Amino acid sequence: MTQTTFFGYRRANGAVGSRNYVAIIPVDDLSNAAVEGVAHLAPGTLPLPHPYGRLQFGEDLDLHFRTLIGTGSNANIAAAVVIGIEPNWTKKVVEGIAKTGKPVSGFSIEGHGDTETIATAVRQAREYLYYASELRREEVPIADAIFSTKCGESDTTSGLGSNPAVGVAVDWLVEHGARVIFGETTEITGAEHIIAERCVNDTVRSRYLAMHENYQELVRSQGVDLLGSQPTQGNIAGGLSTIEEKALGNIQKTGTSPIVDALEPAMAPTVKGLSFMDSSSAAAEFITLMGAAGSVFHFFTTGQGNIVGNPVVPVLKTTANPHTAQSMAEHIDVDISGLLSMEMTLSQAGQALLDMMFRNLNGRLTATEVLGHKEFVFTKLYRSS
Amino acid sequence: MAHGFLIHDDHDHVGVAVRDLQAGDSVTGVYQKSLKETRITLREAVPLGHKVALKNLNQGDQIIEYNAVIGVATQAISVGNHVHVHNIKSVRWA
Repeated sequence: MTQTTFFGYRRANGAVGSRNYVAIIPVDDLSNAAVEGVAHLAPGTLPLPHPYGRLQFGEDLDLHFRTLIGTGSNANIAAAVVIGIEPNWTKKVVEGIAKTGKPVSGFSIEGHGDTETIATAVRQAREYLYYASELRREEVPIADAIFSTKCGESDTTSGLGSNPAVGVAVDWLVEHGARVIFGETTEITGAEHIIAERCVNDTVRSRYLAMHENYQELVRSQGVDLLGSQPTQGNIAGGLSTIEEKALGNIQKTGTSPIVDALEPAMAPTVKGLSFMDSSSAAAEFITLMGAAGSVFHFFTTGQGNIVGNPVVPVLKTTANPHTAQSMAEHIDVDISGLLSMEMTLSQAGQALLDMMFRNLNGRLTATEVLGHKEFVFTKLYRSS
Repeated sequence: MAHGFLIHDDHDHVGVAVRDLQAGDSVTGVYQKSLKETRITLREAVPLGHKVALKNLNQGDQIIEYNAVIGVATQAISVGNHVHVHNIKSVRWA
């Protein structure tokens, strides 16, 4: 492939996006009603309701802010309105997003009530819609974009076909200077030695292994194991027998590039190349973390037919399972089941994914966008005080 | 398609069915890396995506797929058997 640029949106901080949203972001659960009110009166904006943000503390609160600020900072968002119950935390999120140089304003509800807050915020939201609607796509290099990948409702066709095909695409992106994130801490159990070997140096390797071991310890501290949930019932129905088999199939989608960093959840990758992020393997949580880390495009492989989407990050879905490709065709952007029948080679499948990626980056909607899948799910580390 | 299953690596003990295979079928498998072929007779039905044994294994033997350990046999397994949660288990979280 010779194409290495796409038509995207260049933001003030140099980041490039494939979408151009005006986001309405609640700081906390209480502000969802006002956020929905603004979105109702300013159609064309993107409301991002979620259930958290009160009485969180410590590392969990840090992650909450990182997710909110990271999402608002994502290059797929042109401008953002932030609404919170009280002014201090609202200001903190606004200031975090403002570091990108994009237009952002905050409104707090205490002392005003929902109605007055909505009335004020919606005027700002409309101004942002005018602003965003005049931004134009321009030619930008792949090297300036951030990508992510995960698999879901995997079966053995994921490890045989769709994951190695994404691996081909990931290797190509890394080779052309992009940043790519993978993760799924638990689902690499049984293949962690392979990931550790691929880390560029001892610092990254020991950070990765510590993340892996911390989660194993968390599981042990609950007095349980994950054998009942990993592999999932869907995985087992699809032929996956053990977590090791699932993990070895999972990592096929990371290709062969060295792993340059091991990131905390929702941290933006700063080094070009392939990074691991400590993250849940639950699809909606995972992609929400990726969006917060700056991913503007996600590759999702499925075997049995996971349908997840995200409001901010377009999700390309692909499968090598011929049954799923047929029975769930509306959810599949690229059918690569020809890999199983050997009518398609791995490099052809990787190429098909990259071809569709460029169309999607240039503006073509993904199946998740057409179907309205906007799962926005925060990772919560422990219960609130 | 002519082949009935694919094998990730030349060292693997199992192949993965790419269509529903029936007991008694004599089926060709293709090694994905070397493109070498092998042929076995199915002892039982193996649905698409499920594994078939390419090697006789004793209880306690490691099962190799992707040229790596995916678990151990919980009972003896013969060439052509369906390999799944009923006859192998994880060695992790155990």
